[in-house]
Amino acid sequence: MKSTLKLALGLASAIFASTAVSNVAHAEDLTLCWAAWDPANALVELSKDFTKQTGIGMKFEFVPWTNYADRFLNELNSHGKLCDLIIGDSQWIGGAAENGHYVKLNDFFDKEHISMDDFVPATVVGYSEWPKNTPNYWALPAMGDVVGWTYRKDWFSRPELQKEFKEKYGWELGPPKTYDQLMQIAEFFQKRQIDGKTVYGASIYTERGSEGITMGVTNVLYDYGFDYQNPKKPYEMQGFVNSADAAKGLELYKKLYDCCTPPGSSNVYMGESADAFKSGQVALHMNFAFTWPGLYKDEKVGGDKIGFFANPAGPKGHFAQLGGQGISVVSYSDKQESALKYIKWFANKDVQAKWWTLGGYSCLNAVVNDPKFPSSQPYASTFLESMAIVKDFWAEPSYATLLQAMQKRVHDYVVADKGTAQEALDSLVKDWTQTFQDDGKM
Amino acid sequence: MLNRTADNVARATPEPLAKRIRGISDKGLAWLFISPTILLLLAINIFPLFWAIYLSFTNYRANRPNEVVKNLGLANYQRILGDQDIWIAMQTTAHFVFWTILLQTVIGFTLAWLIDRKFRGHAFWTTIILVPMMLSPAVVGNFWRFLYEPQIGLFSYVISFVTGIPPTNVQMLSNVELAPWAIIIVDTWMWTPYVMLICLAGLRSIPEYIYEAAEVDRASNWRQFWSITLPMALPFIMLAVLFRGIENFKMFDMVNLLTGGGPGSTTEVASITLKRQAFESWRTGYSSAFAIILFVAVFGLANIYVKALNKVKQR
Repeated sequence: MKSTLKLALGLASAIFASTAVSNVAHAEDLTLCWAAWDPANALVELSKDFTKQTGIGMKFEFVPWTNYADRFLNELNSHGKLCDLIIGDSQWIGGAAENGHYVKLNDFFDKEHISMDDFVPATVVGYSEWPKNTPNYWALPAMGDVVGWTYRKDWFSRPELQKEFKEKYGWELGPPKTYDQLMQIAEFFQKRQIDGKTVYGASIYTERGSEGITMGVTNVLYDYGFDYQNPKKPYEMQGFVNSADAAKGLELYKKLYDCCTPPGSSNVYMGESADAFKSGQVALHMNFAFTWPGLYKDEKVGGDKIGFFANPAGPKGHFAQLGGQGISVVSYSDKQESALKYIKWFANKDVQAKWWTLGGYSCLNAVVNDPKFPSSQPYASTFLESMAIVKDFWAEPSYATLLQAMQKRVHDYVVADKGTAQEALDSLVKDWTQTFQDDGKM
Repeated sequence: MLNRTADNVARATPEPLAKRIRGISDKGLAWLFISPTILLLLAINIFPLFWAIYLSFTNYRANRPNEVVKNLGLANYQRILGDQDIWIAMQTTAHFVFWTILLQTVIGFTLAWLIDRKFRGHAFWTTIILVPMMLSPAVVGNFWRFLYEPQIGLFSYVISFVTGIPPTNVQMLSNVELAPWAIIIVDTWMWTPYVMLICLAGLRSIPEYIYEAAEVDRASNWRQFWSITLPMALPFIMLAVLFRGIENFKMFDMVNLLTGGGPGSTTEVASITLKRQAFESWRTGYSSAFAIILFVAVFGLANIYVKALNKVKQR
């Protein structure tokens, strides 16, 4: 009996010791949480340099976009310690700052001489600041992103199509500068036979579940005069969200959906939209810029066959929906020192330059303002042009409620033919007003 | 000698545990044994229910743990009952529950009646019919999404072949009129075998001699069906309706996988609305109130139904 007891104790001690040793060996490993997409793979590659330099290992927790917000917001709300570093969506910044999920980085930036003036201004406001336009920083701009368009350059350059298009619409077939032009191109290609295959006009965002249709429709709404609030009186939305001009923008998006998208396009977001383009179904394709490197490399539709253009202008302005994220240190992490080391390393100019070459979109002025940058990739100049006209969704702590309301109202009108554009936007004002009243902001 | 052996055996036999643990009666010991289960049930079922009831009277939001929780009284309940979108979701749920139950009951009972004929190979066909029920809803949702795909989906091509409509025009999941039916078709395909099984049990429980007596009385097949088969299988059919009704009232997975509640809010059943309010809009107090309303509705309806079922059984 005694020998059995000794054996059991010995075994237990051995298991405990081996676990402890293994924990010590990996005590400094950092876990970085982000979405599962192409730039995340580039970041894995890039982070190998950090491990080489510091000896700190990197682990990654990547979640598909459809579950990204649910998964990580749950993690933050439950004060979980899974993530030491997180690349959170731009709209999370208000909630994450006010609820204490992120470490405030001002002192760290001062100490390490990291200046926000060195980054593209729109990305600093979009990804780092809360409250907006105040020098309170909660993240380092990490991945610049913006909604833009790709088109089938090879189809556009066919003489017979160019001739037919010019005869029909009176202008040269090329990347559209306005939404009217975009609409004409989409109509022109809709259900056209190209190389024996039926093709369609455009693939646009229509997804209902997370944020898809909002990220798509705002591009048109901004250009048609939609604004989130009265610039002079915060949270006053009547006449700004639901102006007659904004309603016209919404009508145009519906017209584009009804007329010119492939069959079954009622729930399309980044993946589905890129698939429609890659499979040669559409002439125009709306998507975030992060998809461009992958599409350019695609054997079937990439290379000389693809062209890029910024979101077209509308009658009331020229804007594009901001995407992208900043990198933050999670306040519940036990490894904040190491996490801050990673941020310091990531802010370095050489690292940012390599980040761009690997497929990430750097937000550092020194990288994007380099004279060689526009010609460094075929899509680089479009990216720069787009980043200069960005506008973002609410970044309030209630952003999720605000977003879901917009998803519902817009999807009901655009995809499900429910009511009019004006009614949809009027309902949206009511929903948003209710949310801000619940928050005590109105 | 025999007495000594008996004494030895008696001495070697351990005393009842209750006697060894002083002060604990048999009843106490019984409670001791079942208390872990009861505690577990209290922790994972009863406590969350009472917690949800408490939250339903507050403005609590799970994504803002640092905010002061205010008591709102019945405001959440009033807002839900006056919310037009909630009523639309309830109507969508009712439409879904009604049609799935109707179709599954009619088809399930018909299949059970046919299988009960015991034709050659009936065991094989029973197994084949049961296959959809054995699949995971996640798998079913995903492959039906492909079947419904207007450009490559088999379903669209079959409809096109039969009707002559181009397959790209058969947009089951994108069309406002067709999307609710797309879900009803999948749920019926998957769960009719379940109803069939329960009905089959009912049919098999009818004693053969009743039919023999009816034959002697020269009752027609139709008469036998209406006077013997249907009344005697009715409690089983009602049980199947109850199970499917409760299950479909809280249907989430299939709808989420097939349409996500869309297009627009066309297929947004109550459970999808609840999930969106709770985990996308993070209105925890509001969604708790909605969950309580749904719970009371299902509980109340199920109670009324069970009473009706008992009456039928007693006949």
